Amino acid sequence: MIVQRKELTFWERLYLPAILGGLKVTWRHFRKTFFKGQTAAKELAGGFYPETKWVVAEGYRGAPYLVRDPDGRTKCVSCQLCEFVCPPKAIRITPPGPEGSPQVGNVEKEPREFEIDMLRCIFCGYCQEVCPEEAIFLMKDYSLNGFTRQEMIYNKEKLLSLGGVHNDQIHKWKKK
Amino acid sequence: MSWIDNLSPTAQGVLFSIIKIICVVVGLLTMFAYAVWLERRVSAFIQDRVGPNRVGPFGLLQPVADGIKALLKEDFTPAHVRKAYFWLAPAIAVIPALLVMAVIPFGSNLGREKMVIADLNVGILYTFGIVSLGVYSIVLAGYAANSKYPFLGGIRSSAQMISYEIAMGMSVIPVFMLVGSLNLGQVIAYQAPGIFGWLVFKQPLAFVIFLVAAFAETKRTPFDLPEAEQELAGGYNVEYSSMKFALFFMGEYINVIASSAMMVTLFFGGWTLPFAGLNQPAGTIAQGLAHIGIFLAKVFVFLVVIIWVRWMWPRFRYDQLMDLGWRRFVPLALANILVTALVLWAKA
Repeated sequence: MIVQRKELTFWERLYLPAILGGLKVTWRHFRKTFFKGQTAAKELAGGFYPETKWVVAEGYRGAPYLVRDPDGRTKCVSCQLCEFVCPPKAIRITPPGPEGSPQVGNVEKEPREFEIDMLRCIFCGYCQEVCPEEAIFLMKDYSLNGFTRQEMIYNKEKLLSLGGVHNDQIHKWKKK
Repeated sequence: MSWIDNLSPTAQGVLFSIIKIICVVVGLLTMFAYAVWLERRVSAFIQDRVGPNRVGPFGLLQPVADGIKALLKEDFTPAHVRKAYFWLAPAIAVIPALLVMAVIPFGSNLGREKMVIADLNVGILYTFGIVSLGVYSIVLAGYAANSKYPFLGGIRSSAQMISYEIAMGMSVIPVFMLVGSLNLGQVIAYQAPGIFGWLVFKQPLAFVIFLVAAFAETKRTPFDLPEAEQELAGGYNVEYSSMKFALFFMGEYINVIASSAMMVTLFFGGWTLPFAGLNQPAGTIAQGLAHIGIFLAKVFVFLVVIIWVRWMWPRFRYDQLMDLGWRRFVPLALANILVTALVLWAKA
């Protein structure tokens, strides 16, 4: 594609109209914020960040958390697809091994441990996309913090409590 | 205070010079800190934000927080840099910027003392000599970092500063042809009588060229090619952290303050105001302080303008920058010298 460039007139080539235009725009915004106190944060979110949290849009990809099914069971089956697909290698799964977990009966292969290093996670959503069990979802949390690196590695318990229950129509384990 | 009178003139000179140097350096560093704060607040307002407003009233203690942060941060030296130059460059960034202020008269006088550190008869030559040293810090930083973006930043800045230094130097020649002296005190005395004696009205073209060249010299938008966040990820200072980075920042802002002070001195009458007898050297201490206040107020106006312009214009492309410097401003400055010379010759 060839973009036709408009020949600038002498007046335009002096840069003066650009200066005046720039002055007008910047002054308009300066006046609005400085004298009337209309900031983008107030208009869009109703306040400033740490006090008023930004409300994210539907479909926002935040931190990935594990979910339970309506019966309270962990949906993850330790297939480790998310671990393989994770670009920054933030996920580490410890599968239970061939004997399985004694507590969960006939539910297959609930992971013994499931860790996501939130310092490495890039919120790409590949884990959610690849999960055959719909057990991991990117939720709306975007501000995760802690005092140590160790604190930022979220374990299974924490991920499950943050993820909550996923109200699915399919009850896979009901009749097993 | 009789012991001061008992000192020899040399000792008095040294004593007062040291006091003035300390005051100017402390004042400059304070101005640097608040110039950064001002820049952040004004930029924020232009972009519908509020800027730093949490630390102290109106965020006025933000510079303190920034300073503590810069000092406490890990001073990281990457493995691949050339160590000696890497350490040298930030120092070279600050020192010339501070030295420029030595010749600028920031007030008339307090008591018997003239409010200028060094009343040099070749003030402007000294300034240009020192200012041109500033480019070494950036070239050295770019070279020492031993990676591509800082290197590009260094190359760009050397080419840019050399080009605009010429236009800048030539733009002020007509000023000194009119004044008949290179001493900055004399330049102010020439402008003192009235507002139309200010050289901005007598030499508007010289002022415009000087202003544009000052933007290029201090690497401010629209001529911030050595830094160019979007292209070079910060340019010459990419590999720096903690206090070394802060020193580059300091050098840059002190340069902005110094060039504002230079423009005020050369074109806007320095510490004078053409009414209420404020255009004569001060007789009382109060008047002397008023003169310093006037000078600072004028510098402040220039700082706001320089900060504001940053959000008005996009960056020039590199060839446009060179074109503007060499093919527009250098010939214009030469023509200005010629016309001024002809007018002076016709008058004489």
